[in-house]
Amino acid sequence: MNYWPLLGVAVIVIGFALRFNAVPVVVCAALTSGLLAGLHVPDLLALLGKSFVSARMLLLFVLTLPAIGLLEHAGLREHAQQWMGRLRGMTLARLLIGYLLVRELLAMLGLTGVAGAPQTVRPLLAPMGEAAAEKIHPGLTDADRDEVRAVAAATDNIGRFFGEDVFIALGAVLLIQGFYAQHGIELTPLSIALWALPTAIAAFVIQSVRIWLFQRRLQRRAQAERNA
Amino acid sequence: MSLLRIEYAYWLIAAFLLFTAWRNARERQGYRAAFWALLGLLFAGGDMVLAAQKAGNALPSQLAGVAVIALALLAPLLRRRAHPETASASARMASAIRLGHTLFVPALLIPLVTLLVALFGEHLSVGGIALFAKPQMTLTGLALACVVALLAASRVAQASLPQGLSEGRRLLDAIGWAALLPLLLAALGEVFTQSGVGAAIAALASMILPEGNAFLCLLVFALGMVLFTVIMGNAFAAFPVMMAGIGLPLLVHRYGANPAILGSMGMLCGYCGTLLTPMAADYNLVPAALLELRNPYGVIRAQAWSAFGIFVATFLFMWLLVFR
Repeated sequence: MNYWPLLGVAVIVIGFALRFNAVPVVVCAALTSGLLAGLHVPDLLALLGKSFVSARMLLLFVLTLPAIGLLEHAGLREHAQQWMGRLRGMTLARLLIGYLLVRELLAMLGLTGVAGAPQTVRPLLAPMGEAAAEKIHPGLTDADRDEVRAVAAATDNIGRFFGEDVFIALGAVLLIQGFYAQHGIELTPLSIALWALPTAIAAFVIQSVRIWLFQRRLQRRAQAERNA
Repeated sequence: MSLLRIEYAYWLIAAFLLFTAWRNARERQGYRAAFWALLGLLFAGGDMVLAAQKAGNALPSQLAGVAVIALALLAPLLRRRAHPETASASARMASAIRLGHTLFVPALLIPLVTLLVALFGEHLSVGGIALFAKPQMTLTGLALACVVALLAASRVAQASLPQGLSEGRRLLDAIGWAALLPLLLAALGEVFTQSGVGAAIAALASMILPEGNAFLCLLVFALGMVLFTVIMGNAFAAFPVMMAGIGLPLLVHRYGANPAILGSMGMLCGYCGTLLTPMAADYNLVPAALLELRNPYGVIRAQAWSAFGIFVATFLFMWLLVFR
């Protein structure tokens, strides 16, 4: 067993720990592992180029930017925030937990590309979340705003990840089935997908509780500042 | 034969990247211009690279590899640059009041059109030719939705399409090199696989495993999924490694674990790792850049405790169910 290619992992860990720019760190790690595994330089270059180009779909989100940018220029965020401020029954927790539920259900139907950070979080969910947080605590600091946005992005991630495996035709389930089939164990996709349901429910409950705790923390701080 | 294919979306991206490069060049932002231009060329030539590789000609892929290394050298030279907002706060507020809910329409068109294509795209055809190609139909739908939304947005905001491109370019420059990471990490995963990094990790993990303790074995498997996903940024890369090393030979064959439960819940343990790692750039670093957080790890921080809780819950389910 050749253990030397593991040094590529070490390059990643050290690079991130020292907070170097991530792009050269990742490329260095790939070159390190490839060379230590004994790949020839032309083959390694071809492998790097081919796999980079094959992953182009990951940059598809940039196509949302012109429309979103134009709407922001025309006041999309300001309107989302004002509207949130006028909705009486809508709290921060209700907004985020409602979004979590919708996101998870859509992911279960295989519709993971429908929402996401560029499509829905930046233009809609984050500004609405900030406005809802402002209703609780009018004196939001910049750090608070960052946290509200980060929680919105985290809610989007969690809804997507733990919903998608319940849908049978998606990548992960097919990968699991394919792996077992290669090793002589035949399973139907449905028998695998079903077991993702307990975690999907747990993820919904856990993230909802954390959102609620976040809201309560803001409420308490607002209360303390009113009393002071 | 079909009218709309994912390749057209890549050409649109290439055009947008080259536009961004051109605008940066005009503003004498040389490194930035070179960075986006190089990426634009990689997108424009991507189909050719893959076709040549398939036909046995490795030269275009090698050139693409050189371009990737050049991008890596350029990335640290791009300082974060905040473009001044193109409209003042008061102008945006006035426009928000004037336009009201119509502003939501184009934004909601993006998910809505994508949804419609994902649900009904298969059945649409024009003159006997399918409208959407089957591979990547949802993503093709997303690309179409973006074009529709841009047209709608320029109508609602009474702005021209070039102005939309400039606004998009403002956001793209704000994201900067972070946009590149998802693609690079996918390439890294491929290189790691080809170099046998996974096999080496599995060999190490089985070396430290105690004999005859099914619970500990399951725990090492679950934690291994998390750890390896943190390193690779992707549970899909961790899964075959951990399964081949520990899951299949030990848990399934020796201790009689249920393969369906082990596979499904093992993968979900890996997803908890995805929430924790900067290597999952498209979920953790790109949103932080997109939301303009001051801490690039802000999203990871916000979801760390959730990841921990979901991991504990999943592990408990797995332990209770898998050996039945």
